[in-house]
Amino acid sequence: MMASRKIITSLLTALTLLFVVGLTYAETGVKGTAKADSLESCVAETPFMRRNHFELILHQRDITVHEGIRKTDDSLAGCVDCHARSDAAGKPVAVNAQGEFCAACHDQVAVSIDCFSCHTTIPGGE
Amino acid sequence: MSTQPDKGRRAFLGTAAGAAALTTVAPGVFLHATANAAPRADAVTDQVRWGMLIDTSKCADGCSDCVSACDKENGLDLMIKPEGATDEQWAQQKPRWIRSVTIKDNLTDRVTTLPMMCQHCEHPPCVDVCPTGASFRRDDGIVMVDRHTCIGCRYCMMACPYKARSFIHENIQLKETAAPRGKGCVESCNFCVHRLDDGGTTTACQDACEHEAIVFGDLKDPGSAVAQALQSYDSVQIRADLKLNTGVRYTKI
Repeated sequence: MMASRKIITSLLTALTLLFVVGLTYAETGVKGTAKADSLESCVAETPFMRRNHFELILHQRDITVHEGIRKTDDSLAGCVDCHARSDAAGKPVAVNAQGEFCAACHDQVAVSIDCFSCHTTIPGGE
Repeated sequence: MSTQPDKGRRAFLGTAAGAAALTTVAPGVFLHATANAAPRADAVTDQVRWGMLIDTSKCADGCSDCVSACDKENGLDLMIKPEGATDEQWAQQKPRWIRSVTIKDNLTDRVTTLPMMCQHCEHPPCVDVCPTGASFRRDDGIVMVDRHTCIGCRYCMMACPYKARSFIHENIQLKETAAPRGKGCVESCNFCVHRLDDGGTTTACQDACEHEAIVFGDLKDPGSAVAQALQSYDSVQIRADLKLNTGVRYTKI
């Protein structure tokens, strides 16, 4: 009896903790404010993009820097332009901010990305 | 089943290649015109070499319009002094793509002011010394840093006779889309490459110079303003003794 009560208490504590942590990491971007939200898929099918977006960006970065082709289809600027959301006041929110498009998955899978130490995180730059 | 290549396919490819060669070779001027109109769809070629002629007699003493236009275009004005740095340190470390240089002939006391930036050499020392291939010369003559492969060793800064390169010492908070920038990489003038790739034909410094001291264009196009100016004026390369064949030339120094 005591044991089960202990389990229930710890479960409740865990749930409360999860809730509190969830609140602290609340998203600041408003749902539906990114251009991508109104589109059916990205430049390729969503499952493909989930697995291969980094390959596309890596390829594009070389042809942009060395060959001067800056088409926006596979460019990082294109990603940011389409996937950045706005906050309640209409101000763009960084795509790598907690809970935003890039950070949401990368934080989950603990993959640290280096794009945004140099590249801008909001459409059109700061 | 035959192992011979499909002759029909081979013949077709032959004709197609011939046709392509005709369209690219014959109307060269037409191709140049279309390249200037829209964002680039094909890789840069060595049919073009971007270059600049600076008339130092038109460059006014005390004017820094080209420097501030460059700062704005390439996001250098967004940089803020790092915490804890003194004004003096910041003045030394602040990245600069164009430096306004004043020179004086001690015999005649003649003072000349000129903008000094990456000279976009044909044989760039910065490319020679780069251990990773990050410092490179694009086919159209623009010398650039591929910051994806730059490790920040700064050999290129040592090698450059023009002191054209800057190093980013601290994390950057504010960036332009067209001018990515981050801690630990070297950078320098790239002839406003984002403008050229998007079909532009001018640089920010040239647009800002109200004295018309800067002429920019394709050195290989005999009809371009810069090629014609180079033909009519006596121009020099700075440190011509190094035989780097610079893309930036000066006149009336």
